[in-house]
Amino acid sequence: MYVAVKGGERAIDNAHAWLAEERRGDLAVPELTTAQIREQMTLAVNRVMAEGSLYDPDLAALAIKQARGDLIEAIFLIRAYRTTLPRFGSSLPVDTGAMACDRRISATFKDLPGGQVLGPTFDYTHRLLDFMLAADGDVPAAPEMPVDPAPVPHVMSFLNSEGLIAQETCDGTPASDLTRAPLELPAARALRLQALTRGDEGFVLGMAYSTQRGYARNHAFVGELRIGTVPVEMEIPELGISIEIGEITLTECETVNQFTGSKTEPAQFTRGYGLVFGQTERKAISMALVDRALRWEELGEDDQGAPAQDAEFVLYHCDNIQATGFLEHIKLPHYVDFQSELELVRKLRRDATGQGAE
Amino acid sequence: MDNAALQGGFIDPARDAARAFRAGMEAMARPGTIQTLNGCTAPAPMSVAAATLLATLCDAETPLHLAGTCDTDGVRDWVRFHLGAPLVGRADAMFAVGDWDALAPLDAYAVGTPDYPDRSATLIVEVAALTNTGATLTGPGIAQTVTLSLPDGLLAARVARYPLGIDFYFTCGDCIAALPRTTKGAR
Amino acid sequence: MSDYNFAYLDEQTKRMIRRAILKGLAIPGYQVPFASREMPMPYGWGTGGVQVSAAVLCPEDTLKVIDQGADDTTNAVSIRRFFERTAQIAVTTATADATVIQTRHRIPEEPLRDGQILVYQVPIPEPLRFLEPRESETRKMHALEEYGLMHVKLYEDISRHGHIATAYAYPVKVADRYVMDPSPIPKFDNPKMEMAAIQLFGAGREQRIYALPPFTRVVSLDFEDHPFVASKADHPCGLCGAQDSYLDEVIVDDAGGRMFVCSDTDYCAGRQVDGHRGSDNKEDAA
Repeated sequence: MYVAVKGGERAIDNAHAWLAEERRGDLAVPELTTAQIREQMTLAVNRVMAEGSLYDPDLAALAIKQARGDLIEAIFLIRAYRTTLPRFGSSLPVDTGAMACDRRISATFKDLPGGQVLGPTFDYTHRLLDFMLAADGDVPAAPEMPVDPAPVPHVMSFLNSEGLIAQETCDGTPASDLTRAPLELPAARALRLQALTRGDEGFVLGMAYSTQRGYARNHAFVGELRIGTVPVEMEIPELGISIEIGEITLTECETVNQFTGSKTEPAQFTRGYGLVFGQTERKAISMALVDRALRWEELGEDDQGAPAQDAEFVLYHCDNIQATGFLEHIKLPHYVDFQSELELVRKLRRDATGQGAE
Repeated sequence: MDNAALQGGFIDPARDAARAFRAGMEAMARPGTIQTLNGCTAPAPMSVAAATLLATLCDAETPLHLAGTCDTDGVRDWVRFHLGAPLVGRADAMFAVGDWDALAPLDAYAVGTPDYPDRSATLIVEVAALTNTGATLTGPGIAQTVTLSLPDGLLAARVARYPLGIDFYFTCGDCIAALPRTTKGAR
Repeated sequence: MSDYNFAYLDEQTKRMIRRAILKGLAIPGYQVPFASREMPMPYGWGTGGVQVSAAVLCPEDTLKVIDQGADDTTNAVSIRRFFERTAQIAVTTATADATVIQTRHRIPEEPLRDGQILVYQVPIPEPLRFLEPRESETRKMHALEEYGLMHVKLYEDISRHGHIATAYAYPVKVADRYVMDPSPIPKFDNPKMEMAAIQLFGAGREQRIYALPPFTRVVSLDFEDHPFVASKADHPCGLCGAQDSYLDEVIVDDAGGRMFVCSDTDYCAGRQVDGHRGSDNKEDAA
């Protein structure tokens, strides 16, 4: 005799209890602290901050711990938390030209004011598993030298002074906030950049890679990649001045792309731009390539039908929280709709065989 | 700023605004029905229902037009303090409030666009009396017909073609009724 | 959860959603864009419905949440708990006692009345989406009332299969103007959409809200020579004997034995309490 399945509430409670056990793992192993994650898994923390659109390394570390290392799950926690935060106002635009650079490289010039500063990069490591890391040990101190306090000018300013690179003009229109207004097409560049900086790194990387392989012909040079801290300032109307409210680490990438030109415009280089929280290089470079690809229309180029040129395709599918939510929702019961499909298929088959029999 | 401007907001904002919205939503979903709406007061001559509806729906994101007797220093101060809604002319208004003579004619208000018919103004018309007499109304939300007292000339003034159009609320004391653009009326 | 606002959302977000709901009611079937917020449950799992419910709930409400017609499916349980914690409202499984009903993929069998609100969870609000993936195009089609693409699809089904091959999320024309996706309810439920209650539709990920005032004309698309039929499995409910309710097919043994039971668990339980019994539920004579 069929008895309808009950006990959904108890099942959920038990699942959560088991999840908590799995999250903790073997009790003989010391528990991970959020400080350890923040300090020693910094690049994961950076990704969570970038795609969560919330700069707070401690919260990001907590989210990673709670999510058992699933970064998209951690990003989800941060996004949901961010929604609940009150907004006091907006900061002034950060001045990346005033960045205290830990890392600063340019592929377009061999040497330049400010120099090529490698910073703490994996770039030239040999990807050989280092078993010494499995045994905790002391890290020898890295060599030091005094910091040059001189500001490091943007590489683009050198190209600008010759008029070689298309000027980015600011028309003063305030950028709308992607998280406070529904996405509408066509989307202005500011909105596209917001979507890209918080878009899934894998998706943006894939899109960027496609532009390098001929899907939208675009050879990009890294004009500059800089990583470091910038102050964040906010205007306080009651005080009549702006004050520094903190400091954040940013990665900024400016790419120099093929020169365009027409009968009326002289040939110039064009730009792609990437800006991401934390030291998040791969994302910043990917973002710059995709930004440039999406600019085809305003730069008077042809639509080659490449996926990275299709703003609707890129913007609607780059958000990994939307993507995973909808992807994973197919785990939810769909038996009512499946039942109606079953009935339809049975009916069509009945009618088809009925006709055949005649 | 006058003290009156600082008073009159919701006592329990989350819960009271929820109740107020239900009354406003019932009015719009069932055109011609008269609902009770209170919870806020604004400086005279604004009605309790209009003040409460504004407090429920308006804030810094909703440009508001004050018309006629509703456009006083007291009301402006009240709006600034409680709503933070920017005060604008008719063309930019998402909401407008006043009596019919001050709000009319309708030409200057946003009626929406073919792609976005929702981007139209909502007019809150303060009336001297609100009764189920007068114009006979039909349309979505109305089972057969309903009658509602409407200001003279209002029905004829609605010239925008559906789905464009202005949506109306009528307020009197703590009573509110609504006329969405879908409602057809005959005197 | 006491640190959170009543019904979780902040007041500014609620105002934004409430304004969208009012415009939705004024333009039945038109999808109003709204700035959907990130919620504590994933996109695709009812965030649109949850945001709409959070915007309409009052402390005095009694909430029912169903998924596939059942109160006890895990996601319905999860959403009901969310509102119990954040709004402290009363909850019920009885359709007749509920003032707000949030649903995924079914309309309750028991007719709804004045004073009730039905909130639908919607995955893809755009009825033309699978015919035209571009939002920029579908918006124009709605603006121009250009629904040829849909009619062609339905007619092609008839040419190919002899029937319209859409079993759920069956498109409807609302108030003689907008074509609307009723959410993935089985087409059997379509006629119920002309009802005395208010119907609100929330699509969180897609950022759209739409609405039907009571008694709005809702017509399932069809052709004169192929009229719409609200079909269901040709069986009664094995538990309560109901002939007129939508049925779940349940596999009961390894041999593939099946039985059909009401998808609407409250409806079925109520009928059984009233003494109705289906053929799989008869008490054996001692």
